[in-house]
Amino acid sequence: MLLRHTPETLTDRSALTVNPAKTCQPVGAMYAALGIHNCLPHSHGSQGCCAYHRSALTRHYKDPVMATTSSFTEGASVFGGQANLVEAINNIFAIYGPDIVAVHTTCLSEVIGDDLGQIINKALADGKIPKGKRVIHTNTPSFKGSHVTGFANMTQSMVQYLSEHTGKGTGQINIIPGFVEPSDMAEIKRNLSMMGIKGVLFPDTSEVVNGPLDGRFHMYPKGGATVSQITSAGDSAFTVSLGRTASLSAAKLLDTKCGVPFTNLDLPIGISAMDAFVDCLRKTAGVSVPDSIMVERGQVVDVMTDMHQYFYGKKAALVGDPDQLVSLVQFLTDMDMKILYVVTGTPAGEKFEERIRSFTGDDTVIKYGAGADMFYFHQLVKSGKPDLIFGNTYAKYIARDEDIPLIRIGFPIYDRVGHQYFPVVGYRGAMRLMEKILNAVMDRQDRDAPEESFELVM
Amino acid sequence: MIEILEARKGQIFEKGTEGTFDMACDKVSVAGSVSQRACVFCGSRVVLYPIADALHLIHGPVGCAAYTWDIRGSLSSGPELHRLSFSTDLREEEVIYGGEKKLYAALTELIGAYHPKAAFVYATCIIGLIGDDIQAVCRKVSDEQGIDVIPVHSEGFRGTKKDGYKAACEALFRLIGTDEQSIAAPHSINILGDFNLAGETWIIKEYYKQMGVEVVSCMTGDGRVDEIRRAHKAAMNVVQCSGSMTYLAKMMEKDYGIPFERVSYFGIEDTADALYKVARHFNDPAILKNTEELVRKEVSRIYPEVEAYRKYLEGKKAAIYVGGSFKAFSLVKALRHLGIATAIVGSQTGNREDYEYLEEICDEGTIIVDDTNPLELSRFMSERNVDLLIGGVKERPIAYKMGIAFCDHNHERKEALAGFEGMINFCREVHGSIMSPVWQFSPAKCLRAQKEEMEDANSIRQAAHS
Repeated sequence: MLLRHTPETLTDRSALTVNPAKTCQPVGAMYAALGIHNCLPHSHGSQGCCAYHRSALTRHYKDPVMATTSSFTEGASVFGGQANLVEAINNIFAIYGPDIVAVHTTCLSEVIGDDLGQIINKALADGKIPKGKRVIHTNTPSFKGSHVTGFANMTQSMVQYLSEHTGKGTGQINIIPGFVEPSDMAEIKRNLSMMGIKGVLFPDTSEVVNGPLDGRFHMYPKGGATVSQITSAGDSAFTVSLGRTASLSAAKLLDTKCGVPFTNLDLPIGISAMDAFVDCLRKTAGVSVPDSIMVERGQVVDVMTDMHQYFYGKKAALVGDPDQLVSLVQFLTDMDMKILYVVTGTPAGEKFEERIRSFTGDDTVIKYGAGADMFYFHQLVKSGKPDLIFGNTYAKYIARDEDIPLIRIGFPIYDRVGHQYFPVVGYRGAMRLMEKILNAVMDRQDRDAPEESFELVM
Repeated sequence: MIEILEARKGQIFEKGTEGTFDMACDKVSVAGSVSQRACVFCGSRVVLYPIADALHLIHGPVGCAAYTWDIRGSLSSGPELHRLSFSTDLREEEVIYGGEKKLYAALTELIGAYHPKAAFVYATCIIGLIGDDIQAVCRKVSDEQGIDVIPVHSEGFRGTKKDGYKAACEALFRLIGTDEQSIAAPHSINILGDFNLAGETWIIKEYYKQMGVEVVSCMTGDGRVDEIRRAHKAAMNVVQCSGSMTYLAKMMEKDYGIPFERVSYFGIEDTADALYKVARHFNDPAILKNTEELVRKEVSRIYPEVEAYRKYLEGKKAAIYVGGSFKAFSLVKALRHLGIATAIVGSQTGNREDYEYLEEICDEGTIIVDDTNPLELSRFMSERNVDLLIGGVKERPIAYKMGIAFCDHNHERKEALAGFEGMINFCREVHGSIMSPVWQFSPAKCLRAQKEEMEDANSIRQAAHS
């Protein structure tokens, strides 16, 4: 009854967000930066921002998350944060010894108007950046976009600062995976290797935030795309960017800066989106799809077929990040489920709505950006009584209040494990999603069935 | 000792090896360090958050509201308005043209919808820069809506977390004294600095009830606006978590003549001390008798259990890294009951006096740190070969990766750790983690066992030679 205050009637709220369905840009930038090998993310702002982002990521991954802060004080806020950042860069290389520091701004340093490019140049001129080490930056004003925008901006900055076109043919393909889990990034790499494709995937947080317990604390875990890999992305033959919101801007920049052509696809969540991804890889790399992948796909179709009567007509309400929502909606409609509501706090734009509508038609309620929060989502759920809710951990209040099963997907997930290790992308990911959905649907059926129709075989 | 950053040297001390104790604390973190600290806003937010029937509106971009949405397990026995997340979600337009209008609209709408007893408006970093006059907006809404609407000056960059505690105390102080009608018993107290994590306030309140002492208000665990309004009627303030609430106690002493005592409810002696301090303050034979009985009953009840745990834990070594230093004192003592020595102890916000006391109660060789970072902490833990880390959310995975047991003594504690039964929960948690079979699979444990075996072999060899 935690949300018992939520009334069913929708009212227009112009000035207010209640229970946000998004968070601010810097946390996305920090997460993206963790996807570079030997990288220390740096938050240019007050200490609290960095502490909050690290706590959020730690709660989500249950792994250490390292990042530094410029530790703004009143003085820095009046006179600008240049001195803090130059000192920070000096200290970071002296003590923590990363290969690269990835700086992002905060609302504070944005409003002060610190010019990070200029400050980094000054640090370089002053000899604060050791030879061979790199400092990159991105602007992540918290009052624009959302955490997904922050991820996109940092990914774009990787290209801006690091990728170079030298004219050497590398025969590799770039994959920009978007704001997905380390398990998803690993799954994409596994598929590339099954297809025999040489690929560069960045950012790559696999084995950074889901590393093994080996008895030691690693400031820089084993994983992550190396600086030289990201540099070489400028010489790749092609880029496949996954997800319009999180990945498109970096792919575009690689094209304009280094002349690497690209295709932007939906995140390969679900069978249709994965089919499109595999097909794109097959064509661009000129390879054939191996049997191993065909078997995995066939197994997905097999389960979809075996269980289609359980999916049929189930009503779903989804809240989350735009790129995940697009693919998820497509997958659910492929399974003959009915999409009632799609909500994201990220200002995802008309293209997002168009894409969702292309799968669902006109009846689905879609809301993004201002006013699209969990409170609004809850009101929708109250009015339409879906069979399933898809969302992050914060959707659990709604699920509990309305007694509707929740499929946890997205960011953050603070109360379950699994997302770190098991993907939702690829055919394997589709299988995992189906298992989750079926478990939720069937557990509910078992719970609610009268004794006479409580079934053993389902 | 391990290699440390020059600028950090004044904040690290090893007892017994460095001569006179000196600690450079109360410093802002070095720019570029992986500080475990947070900001002013965080300090204010954690202190005021548990007031369950107040509206907490965070004025700024969405992040500050998102990251503090229901992350602290401060339980309420009634309303749960504090568990929702309200933000003005400032966008670029307001950053340019000011957010006052939006704040006004948001407050008006929220108060209309939820009818809170009072409202707190938290200013985040950006508000300090764009210059919104939140004071004026709060006053206006307060006049229109007939409830207290209190601005909290918690711009993140205006200092450390401690300054946030101060801002929160100032906000509370505006509420205190606004109810002149109520009366309180002569033997009455306010509980300051308990936040009802996992229901701890309830445990403490029950003790006072048994002692015959009236609790007028708790600031802020399971807090209610009306209780805080009449807090000035209490005869005494009992302050736990002194870092956050001593400032308020001092203000109340000055303006209302209410004396205060600093206490801690963690561990056996400290809990008993706390209750005795209150009993002695009132110097009432009935209360003294009740207190003696309560303490005797509880201690004799839990002591055998603690002893049972001690059998397993004797000789283990711990590291402590917590927010407030007062908690660190109690933990050092509580661990001693279990036969666990504290090898490393530190806090985010301790002051000079705190560290002096800490130095006094610690064993020789204990490392004392202010505002440490993961690299330092992990090196110290490895050097001292500790078995347990007590800390918060960001420290937990570091300990685990190193094959070290962990106990959360921060927001994410799941069991009440305060009072006598809290001691048992604490023992159980520490025992559960240190003795877990999981460590046998951790490479760290194997490495450590090998190292110890080698050392044993060496000492036997040496003994044989001599």
